[in-house]
Amino acid sequence: MCPQTVGLVQGALEQAGITTTGATCVAEVSEIVGVPRALDVPWPLGFTMGEPNNPELQRAVLEQALALTDRDDIPVLETFEF
Amino acid sequence: MVWIADMDLKLKLFMRGYPWKRLDETAPAHRVKDLAACRVALVSSAGLVAPGQEPYDSKIKGGDWSWRSIPGDIDVRSLTEHHRSDSWDHKGIEADRNMGMPLDRMRELAAAGVIGEVAPRHISVMGSVTAPGRFIRKTVPEIVEALTADGVDIALMVPV
Repeated sequence: MCPQTVGLVQGALEQAGITTTGATCVAEVSEIVGVPRALDVPWPLGFTMGEPNNPELQRAVLEQALALTDRDDIPVLETFEF
Repeated sequence: MVWIADMDLKLKLFMRGYPWKRLDETAPAHRVKDLAACRVALVSSAGLVAPGQEPYDSKIKGGDWSWRSIPGDIDVRSLTEHHRSDSWDHKGIEADRNMGMPLDRMRELAAAGVIGEVAPRHISVMGSVTAPGRFIRKTVPEIVEALTADGVDIALMVPV
C-alpha cells in the first residue's frame, strides 16, 4: 500500500514543480503507479532504509535515491548497489 | 525487493486484485539546481508522530488519510510509530526511527555538502490508505502547499 500512498504525493509534487525521488521495497507497485523516480532496494517491507543503526548503509540508500534526480529519462527505476 | 508472488496468500490476493491508482502522465519536474544547493524534505509513510501530535487512528475505515508535519530539527528518537498494517515488520523502525524518517542521515548529508540543506519540516503519512479518495482530495494538496511554501527543491519518499 505504501508505495501507492507516497506515489500519489509524488505525482502531485511533480505537477507543482518539486522534483521527487525515493526508495521502494515493492518495485512492481511503484511501476504500476508510475512514479517518476524510484530506487529498488533489496530488503523486506519495513526495511526500506536497510538496517537499523547502520548509518553508512542508510546514507547510501539516500545518496543513490538523490542521484536519480540527475536523470532525464523518466521513469527511472534503478536497483540499489552496495 | 519483495515480489507480490512471494507474499502470503491473503496479501498476494489483495495486491493482485487491488485497483491501483496510476499517476497522470504529465511533464516531470526536472532538477534545475545542483544537488549540493537543494533543500530536501522527507515524505515518510511509516505513520510516525511527533510528541504532542494526535496518533494515527487505526479504526478509520479505508485508512487514516491525515498527515503530520515533522519539525526538521526534531530528535528522531522522540517520534512514535502508529502504522496499522501487520503486513510489514515493525522491528526495524522500533530499533531506529531513521528506518522510517532518516533525518539524522539527511543532516549528515547536508553537513557533508551532498545536499544544500534539510527542509524546515517533513511529511508523515500512514501508508495503509486502501480507500485513497480523501487522501487525494484533502491531504495531497495540503502536503504540496506545505512543501511549496517551504521552498523545497527535492522531496524524498520513504515508504515502508
